[in-house]
Amino acid sequence: MLHIKCPHCGMRSQNEFSYGGDATIKRPELGKEVSDQEWDDFVYNRKSLRGKHWELWQHLSGCRQWIKVERDTATHEIFKTLKANQEIS
Amino acid sequence: MTQPFRLENVGLINRDKKISFKFNGKNYYGYEGDTLASALIANGVHLVGRSFKYHRPRGFFGAGVDEPYAIVQLYRNGETEPNIKATEQELFDGLEATSVNCWPSVNFDIGAINNFLKIFLPAGFYYKTFMWPKSFWFKIYEPFIRKAAGLGVASIKHDKERYEHKYEYCDLLITGSGPSGLASAYAAAKNGARVILAEDKSRFGGTLLTSEVNIGNQSGKEWADGIISELKEMPNVTVKNRSQVFGYYDHNMLVMSERISDHLPKTKKFHPKQRLWYIRAKEVLISSGSIERPIVFGNNDTPGVMLSSAAKEYLKVYGVLVGKNPLIFTNNDSGYETAIEFKKNGVDPVILDTRKNPKSEIVDEAIDLGINIKFSYVVVAAQGYKKVKSADIAKISDDKEQLGVIENINCDCICVSGFWTPTIHLASQSGNKTKFKDDIDAFVPGISKQNETTLGAANGTYTLDETLKSSFETGHKLSKEITNKDNKISFPNVVEKKSTVHDKFWCVPLPKGKNYKRFLDFQNDVAVSDIEIALKEGYRSIEHVKRYTTLGMATDQGKTSNLNGLQLVSKIENKVVPAVGHTTFRPPYTPVSIGAIVGREVGKHSKPTRKSPMHSWHEKNNAVFVDAGVWLRPRYYKQDQENLFEGSKREAKNVRTNVGVCDVTTLGKIDIKGPDAAELLNRVYTNAWLKLPVGKARYGVMLREDGIVMDDGTTTRISENHYHMTTTTAQAANVLSHLEYYLQLVWPELNVNVVSSTEQWAGAAIAGPKSRDLLQKLFPNSDVSNEGLPFMGYMEGDLFGVKARIFRISFSGELAYEVNVESDNGNFMWEKIMEVGQEFKIQPYGTEALSTLRIEMGHVAGSELDGRTIPYDNSLEGLLSKKKDFIGKRSLTRKAFTADDRQKVVGVVPLDKKTSIPEGSHLVKDSNAPLPNPKLGYISASCWSVEHDNPFSLAILKDGKNMIGEKLFVMSPLKNKVIPVEIVSSHYVDPKGERVRS
Ligand SMILES: [Zn+2]
Repeated sequence: MLHIKCPHCGMRSQNEFSYGGDATIKRPELGKEVSDQEWDDFVYNRKSLRGKHWELWQHLSGCRQWIKVERDTATHEIFKTLKANQEIS
Repeated sequence: MTQPFRLENVGLINRDKKISFKFNGKNYYGYEGDTLASALIANGVHLVGRSFKYHRPRGFFGAGVDEPYAIVQLYRNGETEPNIKATEQELFDGLEATSVNCWPSVNFDIGAINNFLKIFLPAGFYYKTFMWPKSFWFKIYEPFIRKAAGLGVASIKHDKERYEHKYEYCDLLITGSGPSGLASAYAAAKNGARVILAEDKSRFGGTLLTSEVNIGNQSGKEWADGIISELKEMPNVTVKNRSQVFGYYDHNMLVMSERISDHLPKTKKFHPKQRLWYIRAKEVLISSGSIERPIVFGNNDTPGVMLSSAAKEYLKVYGVLVGKNPLIFTNNDSGYETAIEFKKNGVDPVILDTRKNPKSEIVDEAIDLGINIKFSYVVVAAQGYKKVKSADIAKISDDKEQLGVIENINCDCICVSGFWTPTIHLASQSGNKTKFKDDIDAFVPGISKQNETTLGAANGTYTLDETLKSSFETGHKLSKEITNKDNKISFPNVVEKKSTVHDKFWCVPLPKGKNYKRFLDFQNDVAVSDIEIALKEGYRSIEHVKRYTTLGMATDQGKTSNLNGLQLVSKIENKVVPAVGHTTFRPPYTPVSIGAIVGREVGKHSKPTRKSPMHSWHEKNNAVFVDAGVWLRPRYYKQDQENLFEGSKREAKNVRTNVGVCDVTTLGKIDIKGPDAAELLNRVYTNAWLKLPVGKARYGVMLREDGIVMDDGTTTRISENHYHMTTTTAQAANVLSHLEYYLQLVWPELNVNVVSSTEQWAGAAIAGPKSRDLLQKLFPNSDVSNEGLPFMGYMEGDLFGVKARIFRISFSGELAYEVNVESDNGNFMWEKIMEVGQEFKIQPYGTEALSTLRIEMGHVAGSELDGRTIPYDNSLEGLLSKKKDFIGKRSLTRKAFTADDRQKVVGVVPLDKKTSIPEGSHLVKDSNAPLPNPKLGYISASCWSVEHDNPFSLAILKDGKNMIGEKLFVMSPLKNKVIPVEIVSSHYVDPKGERVRS
């Protein structure tokens, strides 16, 4: 079970969180014309990386904040966690 | 009755307490402190079972967790449990055990025919057999193998025992209480660290209980006892025996199973049988020791062949002789320690040492004691079927290839020592890439992957002095980093016998003309010849060889077999062992009972049960409950002997004719506040929200980004910046997360707060033509007329002194209202409604009637909004705003979603107006078409229409908009039904929706 450092609450067990997928995907702006390709890339196409990956988790049974977690998908090592409003660097 | 193999005055058992037990129906006795294995051996019983594949007789091989085959079926307090190691099961009064793999009995075993029909069961026999004609498998192999194989029988009865889970944090978790575990625990504890010390066995001390050493002028056992009693007194230390740390998971999470009551005749009241500990440790010290490995020779699975360390443990801990005429077969000094123990207790052993000329303190001592030692000698084969009777032995050439003349000597046991294999399972599970250590011929942990350090024998350190030193140091260093304390401990003086190098010899060659089975894996019956076949058949990767031959699989996980298997592969493949590599060690290290894994989450505790504030009223009024997610909801209120069908029909009818009340507390509720609340709703719902006035409710549908309907519900504007959203019961949690996602990550600029208020409000839906009359009596001071409170209107009211929210919304399609009060007043509200409603013939109605009402009205719900449908499919396309963007809108332009013959919700009526239609049935054009019959759609929900008094269903049907009036067939192969039906509008009652506005 992973140990995830919530930027708001501190170290917590994985079972307090739920997974939210790729954190680098940006939703196209509302009302903006987007091509089929752009829309498919937003809704469906994911890379399924092996290695470092920025992903979203929600601290569901804690502060309910969505956070950004940089995790190695192969080793589960967690390098960094950010608040929702912090940009991935 | 005497115990022929029990020594007097030796061992750590309690001779004042006799314990009687039964094995295979026969009565025996042992002593408190015995294991089932030690007590059986004391009674001269060596035959415990039959092997898995060939059904050869099986005895005891180890004395603890290393045991591959002394597995029994245990009976305790009216329950039975399979897969119990006799070497680990402590004896208790009334214990009963039977052999497994034996049919019809351990002494006459029909499966032993397999032994003579080896042709059926070579390497890969599972694969090969599965490939054979199917008819053979089902008719011949499976029934035969099922009856004859297996490691016991699981009980199908409900387990009455209680199992617990515990979550724990510590600075240091130490796995094993041998010398390294004790030393490191002691040093860390003295530095103030929070320590958990786990020992698998009932006794602490590990090898200190059996080795002839001296620590600080005490025997090993005395020293261990002293350390343990001191640790037990320290508040920062948890010391646990009968506790196996069996799994090392991510981020230093380890799981330990504590056997609290397994050693007792019956579990004490309010005690659990076992407890599973989830331990998050800052540092993990692996002090799991090592396991002696066998030397491979002919018939090395005969009962009476066992590890030399096990023989020593039976003698020193239990006072039991594994034989009175022992033969010790060794390639290192450890075998001598066992021989010396025999000799000291009046039994004359013979030592066969594969080494030519070893020189060490221990060898000298054995010579001085006058023990018969034959150097450069090997056991070629054990002789005897159900027990060792003699051994074929021979001199072996210096290159270990040539055997001399075979001699036969009498013996009743063969104690084998092929040197020591570090127990690296936990380190390997943590992700540690192990490395091969040439001088000990085994793998040890390499660079740590997580915060784990391996100490002592588990790390390939086999001298006590070195082990204690490094363990004290490591315990001190790691604890200092955590606690910043620096309490030094004086290091005790250690006296141990020096030993010399072992002989890297592991397998005795077959003598000419002999074809003895030489076993590598005793639990899975994998012999040298099986590995040879696998390699001949082209298997190369050790992982493939493992799966093909079953080497190192199952509960044993290769504890004694792993390295010899690798040696064999490396020899045939002409590669060094590290190049072959070892297979992955997987948790659990030892079997864990399913009960312990499940813990207390069984039966009704497998999920939380949520009840509405009106639950006790429902109970008192004969509600029959149904699970709705985690909620318990009344399905119907039973009157007299009526069944669900009759009861729900009565309730639904009463709603259509008079008035009914339904507990709708379970609906998800989300409180939304902030100046941008309307903007948020406008983005998440498909319809327009910016112009909803205060005091009005609106129905809305929300989509996922892929265009699929996520949920629906009404949202009410309570005040300027305050909205009350309702969701379906099932989607409440998901909708909240969905809103939080967009507010926190996508549109953080929106000034809105959302919070769940589901549990803050109790809700009652009042529905039926007389509902307004009732409402007026409930709220005499409010104007609830059609003008005062129109359809989709909202107001606050005073319910006999209790503040209430009144919504004019309808799920049933009737004139209806929903009243909410704070949860604590829920029961008061309900009772008032029932009391005042008497004169209007009010009846409560449950979820079944609720479904009936919504189905015949054609209101879509969870069974249509099932994560596969878009708004059009549910005839909700009228709610899609063309003027604004919203979540998921772009996806609705996808080709499949705009296809001409896109599926749509329709109504379905059986032509005979009698036959009920099973939910989930398929709709087809021709019931006699060849299979697979093209499916046009499926039945999503069925009811008995109370308005029309005939069955009615909703279906999602291909090209639904053009199918009204068509005749199709409903097919349910599961229920063996074919029903001719007519497709009608989904709005079967009040298609214009006039009642809700009346
Ligand atoms: Zn948090």
